[in-house]
Amino acid sequence: MGDMNTIGVSVKRKEDYRFLTGAGNYTDDVTLPHQSYACFVRSPHAHAKIKGIKKDKALRAPGVLAIYTGEDWAAAKVGGLPCGWLITDVHGQPMKEPLHPCLAQGKANHVGDQIAVVIAETYNQARDAAELVEVDYAVLPAVVDVASALKQGAPQIHEAAPGNTCYVWALGDKGATDKAFASAAHVTKLEFINNRLVPNAIEPRAVNASYARHDESYTLYVANQNPHVERLLMTAFVLGLPEQKVRVIAPDVGGGFGSKIYLYAEDVVLTWASKRVNRPIKWTAERSESFVSDAHGRDHATTAELALDKDGKFLALRVHTKAAMGAYLSTFGSCVPTILYATLLAGQYTTPAIYAEVTAVFTNTVPVDAYRGAGRPEATYVVERLVETAAREMKIDPAEIRRRNFIKTFPYQTPVALQYDIGDYEATLAEAMKLADVAGFPARRAEAAKRGKKRGLGYSCYIEACGIAPSAVAGALGARAGLFEAGEIRVHPTGKVTVFTGSHSHGQGHETTFAQVVASRLGIPVDDVDVVHGDTGRVLFGMGTYGSRSLAVGGTAIVKALDKVVNKGKKIAAHLLEASDTDIEFKDGQFKVAGTDKAVPFGSVALTAYVPHNYPHDKLEPGLNEQAFYDPSNFTFPAGSHICEVEIDPDTGITRIVNFTAVDDFGNIVNPMIVEGQVHGGLTQGIGQALTEACVYDKESGQLLTGSYLDYCMPRADDVPSYKVGTKVTACTHNPLGVKGCGEAGAIGAPPALINAITDALGIREIEMPATPERVWRAANKKA
Amino acid sequence: MKISMSVNGKPVSAEVETRTLLVTYIRDNLRLTGTHVGCDTGQCGACTIHMNGQAVKSCNILALQAEGADILTIEGLAKADGTLHPMQEAFREHHGLQCGFCTPGMVMSAVDLVNKHPNPSEETIRAELDGNLCRCTGYHNIVKAVKAASAKM
Amino acid sequence: MHAFNYQHPKSVADAAAALSKGGDAKLLAGGQSLVAAMKLRLAAPTDLIDLSGIKELAGIKVEGAGITIGAMTRHAEVARSEEVRAKIPALAGLAGGIGDRMVRNMGTLGGSLAHNDPVADYPAAVLGLNATVNTNKRKIAADDFFKGMFETALQTGEIIVSVSFPVPKRAAYIKFRNPASRYAIVGVLAAETGSGVRVAVTGAASSVFRVAAMEKALAAKWSPDAVAGISVPSAGLNSDMHASAEYRAHLVTVMARRAVEAAK
Repeated sequence: MGDMNTIGVSVKRKEDYRFLTGAGNYTDDVTLPHQSYACFVRSPHAHAKIKGIKKDKALRAPGVLAIYTGEDWAAAKVGGLPCGWLITDVHGQPMKEPLHPCLAQGKANHVGDQIAVVIAETYNQARDAAELVEVDYAVLPAVVDVASALKQGAPQIHEAAPGNTCYVWALGDKGATDKAFASAAHVTKLEFINNRLVPNAIEPRAVNASYARHDESYTLYVANQNPHVERLLMTAFVLGLPEQKVRVIAPDVGGGFGSKIYLYAEDVVLTWASKRVNRPIKWTAERSESFVSDAHGRDHATTAELALDKDGKFLALRVHTKAAMGAYLSTFGSCVPTILYATLLAGQYTTPAIYAEVTAVFTNTVPVDAYRGAGRPEATYVVERLVETAAREMKIDPAEIRRRNFIKTFPYQTPVALQYDIGDYEATLAEAMKLADVAGFPARRAEAAKRGKKRGLGYSCYIEACGIAPSAVAGALGARAGLFEAGEIRVHPTGKVTVFTGSHSHGQGHETTFAQVVASRLGIPVDDVDVVHGDTGRVLFGMGTYGSRSLAVGGTAIVKALDKVVNKGKKIAAHLLEASDTDIEFKDGQFKVAGTDKAVPFGSVALTAYVPHNYPHDKLEPGLNEQAFYDPSNFTFPAGSHICEVEIDPDTGITRIVNFTAVDDFGNIVNPMIVEGQVHGGLTQGIGQALTEACVYDKESGQLLTGSYLDYCMPRADDVPSYKVGTKVTACTHNPLGVKGCGEAGAIGAPPALINAITDALGIREIEMPATPERVWRAANKKA
Repeated sequence: MKISMSVNGKPVSAEVETRTLLVTYIRDNLRLTGTHVGCDTGQCGACTIHMNGQAVKSCNILALQAEGADILTIEGLAKADGTLHPMQEAFREHHGLQCGFCTPGMVMSAVDLVNKHPNPSEETIRAELDGNLCRCTGYHNIVKAVKAASAKM
Repeated sequence: MHAFNYQHPKSVADAAAALSKGGDAKLLAGGQSLVAAMKLRLAAPTDLIDLSGIKELAGIKVEGAGITIGAMTRHAEVARSEEVRAKIPALAGLAGGIGDRMVRNMGTLGGSLAHNDPVADYPAAVLGLNATVNTNKRKIAADDFFKGMFETALQTGEIIVSVSFPVPKRAAYIKFRNPASRYAIVGVLAAETGSGVRVAVTGAASSVFRVAAMEKALAAKWSPDAVAGISVPSAGLNSDMHASAEYRAHLVTVMARRAVEAAK
């Protein structure tokens, strides 16, 4: 038996063979007997009263099985979509929660709002008939940006939310912050928009719902990141179905980035309708539909100020943010610009006083929710743009000003609620500066200038709170769900293992990483371990994957279950070896009597558990199958330093990223190859936000102007460089794996690094994201 | 209308609506679901297959346009015994895929890329992958995989 | 996509006959624009006449001082044609930069010209190289072919058979791509042809156009400096979230300068 410990080894992914040979099984690949298809009629208007809907013509179209509208929904007395996080405002009042209907109730509130669903034998028939549904709209004035929505006389979207305000919320000590500003030697102030983004997982959302009359049960295939949460929200809060009668399967899922966390109207409508038409119903979003129905990300308007003493030491930070919620509260929309944002404003620094005030605003746009990073990229952008700008204004080297303010002793209690357990920010910064060859930058800049090009260098030292979270803390902050994770280890009689996890992989490679954890602990080959996820019918429970929590929380649940397996195994081994339980140690796949060479391998113990002929029946049950739930005691705090170097062609405004370096501290690393891949992807999404991606609504009509890949600029291979990545490790102190999470780091760190580099290259203070060629050209040539 | 073509070396034919897209025929009629649809404007490239030896976007072609053609999909790329094509193997080796959704189109496109540019530079690879979107990998490892595969194809 | 009737004629004459039968019939070349528009239900012809089976529309022929390219020739074939690369590298380069590799394997010269998308590349080649569009009815000079946004001189029942490109003394095409769609925001083809200097601009306005002032300056002296100071008025240029008219006007000058530089 060789060394089965693969922790820290770049094991090639177990899932790849099926993906590479076209054998992946995504929701749209599932076609059920007697399959029917749905097409949604969506509002072409941003804001409109629905005066009437005529469906007779559509009902007579070939193949049509049923058409449902908001009237049918109301008549069935089913609820609206719930928001999973209650925010309490500055006056102690609950946030405003207007009805979020699955099919519009008399009014459409954004382009793409669901008005009706047409179900037919084929998708083409459903789509043809959907064109025949006649909706009589009275168009209302629309408002699509937060500043306009808060103005006096702005169009009102919900009666239940006067002034389009969902809540005004605050965190931090206002008095102490204001006082620090009053005595500051220097104040840096910036105003900016954190641009709205469309997540754009390449697999469009898809749903296939069916009903079985024989046991009155429902099965829902859905492209989703957390099937148990989907089921819980849908059964308990919307449809009132018995939870045990609903099975939610999220099979292979083609990317999520947050957008597939949520309970969407389409999922609920199809489940509800599947019983009514007594047929399986499939809906797969066309990309144009995804643009107007997948929850968007970001969309903040912020004023931020940093107070410093004469040596560049940070005294206080004051932030006012208006955050778009969109037309309705999406599943976790309310907690993104609050709990996941303001709590991160300390960054890596010892800023003693911080005050943040957030106004959440309804607009006639697609709902906004968590998108890769969720609140933390917005916070990092605030802090790192301010820090870099302050350094330039005070003529202090941007790396040096950061070093002067780094937190150096842990645990560290921030003024914005979080307690960082561990980190070494100087180490990641120093390593990044080395990899990026910061020392050689002046020469490179001079050489570029000779070619008529402008070079710039920008830093970003980010922190994030991952591994969400202690349920009790989240609950106290308004979470309406728990945030633990569940895992199960099923050891088969042959010693092979199936792991069931409540985490969900949609690209992260859990089938490999989790198998490495299990195989290493049990001393068996990785190939002997299969990981099952994404099915409420097979997995005991789960809270799912988001917020870079899978290994820190889901992985720990698995480790806890493994501990139980090993403990039971020791007892079985003790019986077989005629020794005492306490004398058995487990190492390298062998149960051994300590201090002797008497041992029994893991496989024999497994077999004994299932063929219990010689077995301590008086003390133990047969079988080797253990479960565990794990609720973390704190967040994890991955952090790192990113350095971006750009070269700008002032003639065209094209920005080329010539060097991007990221050195991150994710704690211990199980599979470096997978971790690096996560960083590359995150960086590219962060670069996308800063350089190419803009979700633009027309201010007058409320139409989405960037409703396809022809106008919404997704980063392509030739937009980004090959990255230089590195890691430094301080192990997380409160989970047994010592891991922190790596999924979002790139998207969090990249935007300010890139914008800091562009502003450095051009010698300007600010540029709006995305820094498109025209914006850069204007800035480079001092045009308005 | 009736259409006939060869898909992964096997003759197939069917009666289809004239408006049937090639990708719909491949996915729904032939149940070869490895070819994916990621957009509706011909940009993402998840539906890339080979038609008569050339990479094309099967979501932007009518099934009727493929009458008589030789079609190769991701399911037909590996050897019959399951041995991966060098491009597939390189994607696995270099972690050129995460969620796997863009992967079949990306691999089919990359094979065509190397057919046309036998020893591509990183710059050529990046430029020539402009018809395929990936949201997961940031392209870094895809570029590495294509480069590695080009040495073995 | 809406339902339609499909025809697959074997000759230009049969295609023309099918086209004249009434209904809203459309010719299908490579389909890279048409099928895309039909999918989004932005186009809904009653009849589709697929030209792919017509042999007389295919092929690249060197004829005298020019190259004649069949209407159904794919962009990729033009891009890799030894003849085109040797005699008009600017044209091969332009074709090799249309859309992406998969689009180039399907899209055709004739389809692109008949569609006359204001952001397409081929119109700049045809106008800038002073090509002649040969149809089943007549020969149309480049200067007479492009009539406006998605409009050409083609009449009902008229089918592009081929395009004849005279070989220029020198020419180059440089474009600034729309970062999202990768179509031309501004593409400039600058050429010194047997019939004089020509500068054709695509992407910037409702249809491809020539810049007389640049042509005059280049005729006097073929040098990047000759056009560096010449700008087109921004009034009338396209303006959208990707590029304002002012920015496009600026890019016309920059792209023209670079095209002249490249065509040294």
